[in-house]
Amino acid sequence: MSAVEAIQDPGPSAVRAGSNDIAIDCRVEKIMYGQFLAVRDSHVPIQKGKITGFIGPSGCGKSTVLRSLNRMNDLIDGFKLEGNVQFLGQDIYDKSVDPVVVRRYIGMVFQQPNPFAMSIFDNVAFGLRLNKFKGDVAGRVEHALRRAALWDEVKDKLKASGLSLSGGQQQRLCIARAVATEPTVLLMDEPCSALDPIATRRIEELMLELRKDYTIALVTHNMQQATRVADITAFFAVDISKGGRTGYLVEMDETARVFEDPREQLTKDYIGGKFS
Amino acid sequence: MSDHPFALAAPRGAVSQAPSGPEYIVDRGFRALAWFAAALILVLVAYIVWKIGGQAMPAIRDYHLDFLTGSSWNVQEKRFGILPAIWGTLYSSLLALTLGGFFGLTVAIFLTQGFLPARLAFLFRLIVEMLAAIPSVVFGLWGIFVVIPAIRPAANWLNETLGFIPFFGTSLSGPGLLPAAIVLAIMVLPTVAAISQDALNAVPYRTKEAAFGMGATKWEVILKVMVPTAAGGIFSAMVLGFGRALGETMALAMLIGNSNQLTLSLFAPAETLAALLASHFPEAGPVEVEALMYAALVLLAITLLVNIAGIGLLTITQRKISGKA
Amino acid sequence: MTDLAAQTGRVPPISGDTSTPDLAHSWSDGRAVANVLLTGGAWLIALLAAVPLVSVLYMLIVEGGSRLSLELLTDLPPAGFETGGGFGNAIVGTLVMVGIAAAISIPFGVLAAVYLSELGPDARLGRAARFLSKVLTGFPSILAGVFVYAVVVLAMGTYSALAGGIALSLLMLPTVILTAEEAMKMVPRKMKDAALGIGCTQTQMIWKVVLPTALPGIVTGVMLGVARVAGESAPLLFTALFSNYWLSRVSEPTASLSILIFNFSSMPFENQIQLAWAASLVLVLIVLVFNLLSRLLGRPKY
Repeated sequence: MSAVEAIQDPGPSAVRAGSNDIAIDCRVEKIMYGQFLAVRDSHVPIQKGKITGFIGPSGCGKSTVLRSLNRMNDLIDGFKLEGNVQFLGQDIYDKSVDPVVVRRYIGMVFQQPNPFAMSIFDNVAFGLRLNKFKGDVAGRVEHALRRAALWDEVKDKLKASGLSLSGGQQQRLCIARAVATEPTVLLMDEPCSALDPIATRRIEELMLELRKDYTIALVTHNMQQATRVADITAFFAVDISKGGRTGYLVEMDETARVFEDPREQLTKDYIGGKFS
Repeated sequence: MSDHPFALAAPRGAVSQAPSGPEYIVDRGFRALAWFAAALILVLVAYIVWKIGGQAMPAIRDYHLDFLTGSSWNVQEKRFGILPAIWGTLYSSLLALTLGGFFGLTVAIFLTQGFLPARLAFLFRLIVEMLAAIPSVVFGLWGIFVVIPAIRPAANWLNETLGFIPFFGTSLSGPGLLPAAIVLAIMVLPTVAAISQDALNAVPYRTKEAAFGMGATKWEVILKVMVPTAAGGIFSAMVLGFGRALGETMALAMLIGNSNQLTLSLFAPAETLAALLASHFPEAGPVEVEALMYAALVLLAITLLVNIAGIGLLTITQRKISGKA
Repeated sequence: MTDLAAQTGRVPPISGDTSTPDLAHSWSDGRAVANVLLTGGAWLIALLAAVPLVSVLYMLIVEGGSRLSLELLTDLPPAGFETGGGFGNAIVGTLVMVGIAAAISIPFGVLAAVYLSELGPDARLGRAARFLSKVLTGFPSILAGVFVYAVVVLAMGTYSALAGGIALSLLMLPTVILTAEEAMKMVPRKMKDAALGIGCTQTQMIWKVVLPTALPGIVTGVMLGVARVAGESAPLLFTALFSNYWLSRVSEPTASLSILIFNFSSMPFENQIQLAWAASLVLVLIVLVFNLLSRLLGRPKY
């Protein structure tokens, strides 16, 4: 089933697909930080084998939603999610689920490059060792670094510190670290926001390359980036009507449709304001 | 690959698996252990207070509060009073704080307000830190053989010419309050200097810039803007330095003369609580040990109060400067 | 000036002085004079503050250095009228007791620091433990001796190296806790997030990422703690006491450099006084070596 067929449903959150094509089905009723309502009423299905881009103004909750997909938000005091997030048919917010296990299957690349203070090799091998991988670690590391398009630059200095690399290289190292264990889904939280245009370009090429094997959810503050790499785009907005700043999903559709013929006036205004 | 439900859709080559049972046990166990270690600090402090208090109980029952106001220390007659030691502790510490605090703050200003090129400032900071590293007992030895002979002529001249002033009422024959206070001041200096430096460094640069921008001279900036802004931290430095002086033992035991008398004279031998413990405890019999435990409890109470006040103040002022509520 | 005021529409200065100000240095100005005097005063006081250290080091090198020889390390302390002698047993005793203190306070201190920094920094237990650790840094060392006397010496029925080591560990503990906590807090949040994001349990994050990254800082804290207690004497006075013989068991009274200095400083014999200076030199060297180590080992590997 192609994405186009999948979008016939006119429901509030538009993308619908056969449940077999959904990697993570995220239905948020409320996300609270203490008394603060951060996100409300958003149904965000993440399709397998595609790049789903989250866009919207700052404070719209796009990063919050992304980080709730692998329970990174659990680390923030007062975080509470109402609704459910189904990963392969299982609610990851169920009491029986250990967030540590969730994060082993759903990898993450962060906004700021964050290599560990260890060698390049150890950085990439970290997840393999963590999961007690018994096979060819060196081979896996090389493979991951090649996929992250970093191998040629670092193959002669695998023992050098991960922190000695440039910002763009560090971010590719973090991507290599995340893909080395072959996670089922890869979450990327504005992975290029700390990088210059050339490094950004390389990471974008890398995402398109990774799409062949991966399901990716990507938060970006850059709409051009969404048009360049995302198959599906989810547009979030901020609702300030009730005094707070609450984010919610406005619409979610195939990227071309969101940008060329959005269903909602709000989307049109946001994209138009930026593009015209 | 594991048979975890999440593994069903994992791509080929996936290595992800849930942590094993033992790993969960290690995780729980380690976190519990860390919790216990933190809790142990609370238990330890409570146990110290309880234990020293318990050991002091018989003496508290025997001597009541007379212990605090009496001034004789006579084992045969079982008469014990620590008023001279309390007086000596406060007197010597205040003298040391006045001297060491003034020097320490000046050094802190000197090191933080751009009087020295970076290299020299580093060297000077090293000197002050080394001062903190010299063991108390070595300062005591130095005090006996360097400080006392050095100040004796001046002290005795002061006594001869200005002897009618109580502070100079006696001559300096050897150990006494002044040499003890001087050495104590040297030991307090690094504490005051270090914490004051932190406080001065914590003043935002824009505050300083604003003062210079209004045409203030360097010292006007320092005395009217920097020091007042850092006052909270500097005050805590003084309080903590005072706490350090109150509990300092060895140098005092070697320099103060261990004489249980109430005196205003800077040159007379005196006593402090810590020095009393150090000099009497090793040879004390059971009766005297009880009295010494009472003295230890008094010292504990005084130093705990001063330190809690100092650290409390420091925490509050740091929070204010960093802008958190 | 007036033209400028007219052009810009500004009001003339409060002083009413509309002439061109003299921007050159003026020595007749009281503010400038005060500035110079205060700067001179600050220099004087700073130099004065350095005098004690110079004097102490001079005495150590001249008085202590003149007595330095191999027999200091191999001989036992001399009695009253004897000549010669050394303090080998006191060096051994100091090192053994500092070792015992380190063996106790490092594991406890680092574990407590793990809680303070990673597990419950803002929990009530974390706040209370951090506050009390700071209070303990000002805990009088003599009281550590009194406490250990009451708890250990009375229970064991004898003075011992063990009791001395335990007393020292009480003084070392807060330094280890607070510096280790500081070092772990310096590990960037984003690095900890990366570890958790890849599926580490908290313990795995701490062991695989936080502790290795913070190790230099933790070692600094340990070395500073060691340096602090190596020179301590008050807590040893009535826990370890002293011994004129070589250490054979940790359950016996034990010699230490600091107590030897204290004892010899009040003796009327030239030989003992010289030995006290030599022992001071050795003690200060030991303390400085640990201080130096804390600086050298405190450099991060990556």
